[in-house]
Amino acid sequence: MIEIFGVPLMALYSQLMLGLVNGSFYALLSLGLAVIFGMLNIINFAHGALYMMGAFCAWMLLSLFNVGYFGALIIAPIILGLIGILIERFLLKWLYQVDHLYGLLLTFGLALIFEGYFRSKFGVSGETYDVPDLLDGPVNLGFMVIPKYRLWVIFLSLVVCLLTWFVIEKTRLGSYLRAATENPKLTQAFGINVPLMVMLTYGFGVALAGLAGVMAAPIYQVSPLMGSHLIIIVFAVVVIGGMGSIMGAIVSGLGLGIVEGLTKVFYPPLSSTVVFIIMALVLIVRPAGLFGREK
Amino acid sequence: MMLKNNKLRSVCLASLLALGIQQGAQAQISDNVVKIGVLTDMSGPYSDFSGKGSVTATQMAISDFEKKYHPKFKIEMISADHQDKADITSDKARQWFDREHVDMITDLVSSTAGLSAMKVAKEKNKIVIITGAGSSKITNAGCNDVTVLYVYDTYATGQGTAKAVVKQGGKTWFFLTADYVFGHSLETDATKAIKLAGGQVLGSVSHPFPSRDLSSYLLKAQASGAQVIGLANAGDDTINSIKQAAEFGVTPKQHLAALLIFISDVHSVGLKQTQGMYLTTGFYWDRTPETRAFSKRYFNVMQKMPSMNQAGVYSAVMHYLEAVQATGSDDTKTVMTEMKKTPINDFYAHNGHIREDGRMVYDMYLAQVKKPSESKYPWDYYQILATIPAEEAFQPLSESTCPLVKK
Repeated sequence: MIEIFGVPLMALYSQLMLGLVNGSFYALLSLGLAVIFGMLNIINFAHGALYMMGAFCAWMLLSLFNVGYFGALIIAPIILGLIGILIERFLLKWLYQVDHLYGLLLTFGLALIFEGYFRSKFGVSGETYDVPDLLDGPVNLGFMVIPKYRLWVIFLSLVVCLLTWFVIEKTRLGSYLRAATENPKLTQAFGINVPLMVMLTYGFGVALAGLAGVMAAPIYQVSPLMGSHLIIIVFAVVVIGGMGSIMGAIVSGLGLGIVEGLTKVFYPPLSSTVVFIIMALVLIVRPAGLFGREK
Repeated sequence: MMLKNNKLRSVCLASLLALGIQQGAQAQISDNVVKIGVLTDMSGPYSDFSGKGSVTATQMAISDFEKKYHPKFKIEMISADHQDKADITSDKARQWFDREHVDMITDLVSSTAGLSAMKVAKEKNKIVIITGAGSSKITNAGCNDVTVLYVYDTYATGQGTAKAVVKQGGKTWFFLTADYVFGHSLETDATKAIKLAGGQVLGSVSHPFPSRDLSSYLLKAQASGAQVIGLANAGDDTINSIKQAAEFGVTPKQHLAALLIFISDVHSVGLKQTQGMYLTTGFYWDRTPETRAFSKRYFNVMQKMPSMNQAGVYSAVMHYLEAVQATGSDDTKTVMTEMKKTPINDFYAHNGHIREDGRMVYDMYLAQVKKPSESKYPWDYYQILATIPAEEAFQPLSESTCPLVKK
């Protein structure tokens, strides 16, 4: 059997695959953060809490209204997107003129409120959400047996990430968005409704967090703490990719998932810190991140 | 006249004595207030089986004590979140002992928190009754004379469950261990029991605490080919291990043995995935009429059944207050001596007493999680298989490394 540093190749492949699954969540969440930061210059600290609310939304849809996983995959992001729009309209809107720090503080406060509410309502142990029947069971990939659902996560996350990148970077709508970010006054002078675009962008970013939450529900326990466990890593991913860079968020999300997976094989105690070590190294060499542009 | 003088002298003497006794008694309870601090995990991964529930149980104990004894002293309670961190715990404990005049701190649900609070308590000569944490280090190398470890420890739950599983045929083991003092302590204690029972440990992997995704570690455990995967972790980590083991088809081919699992975890994951698991516990709400009576009162407040930690904190606070009442003092040495002298027999503990190493030993129970079809009403989760007598359930004093134990 072929071995690399004493680890059988087959085992290594399976850990790479698992890393890719985690990377898919990092990519999807950091994409939402990057879109929001890129367009609104808001560091959305509530992203983890909104991801958690996406998972709870799926659980509530199932337990209260008998709406299954695939229904939740569409409905939950819409509900979360609407919540995002309300947050932008009534709270964030007032902070665009002031320092970024205020946006961060506001969203951090919101995260604490949301998490605290869910914690007092449901307790930290959370609720169980079953894998949908269609995606239940394992697939034998030759080198490993992986649950079908995890493959679905990788597939769906890649599709959503690439579609978002395409819309923002390659379409007319995307060019309006980018223009609104670069020079909102001039863009508005061309007859484009910039406040509306900003509001919808924030809603979309939050909807992405909600979507990631629904996707996470069958894998992890639906718990009020699920977002806070993840958010710090996701921020590191965004910083490594380059704040606001769409492709940076996707590539570094998937890449760091894989690096983390490999660390779990070779030296597990480092797996919770490896992302931050890489972040520190990247910041030393390229302060704007791997895909970021120096301003 | 002589008689009258004698009478007068006797009255004066009696009055002086009475005054002296009264003043003495007042001086013994500082400020005439006994203050209990509940330092717990209010928001983190352990808050469901301690946290707010422990605060409620403490309040119930204080209220029941006041109704029963009508004490002359006032009882106060404060609570705070230690966030499972050593620095926050020791800062808070110091602040409570120095400025808030707290006499006793209880709960302390992570081992790091427990160990740091007991160091501060020793320095300040105050009492700590740990009902949440369970590292066996607390009553071994780290022991001191102001600390009681009341509910469980990694030796009791680890070896109780490990012995039962080996007896059922689970001879080969692989551990998934939370990478901090509690997880390693649990693994070490269970390993000893497995080897003694004739089993074998094939390996272990440490995972960071807390871990969201345990699938990588579960695959290692799967590859080891061990019959049993021992979960030397707790709370969210245990829940995610159980869930992800089922997802990856690790179970039912290999069996999971949770070395510390609480009723809140079973409630949260559901019987479908936890059925058949063995566990060792100090308390199950549905065991006797007394446990049911307490648990139903608790349920009316919390809308959940109590875990062994939450029921244990009630018993611990009651035992402490009864010692204060009996001695008329809140002096640490006096109360500790009284607590260690008095046996504990209440709805929670049977054949209980506190040893010189600070360990409260009492009968524990070996339980098995019911199948969904066997569960007849809400929270009907465990079947009690056996009582583990107090002297067998806990580490014998002969094996203790606590310097307070005279050998």
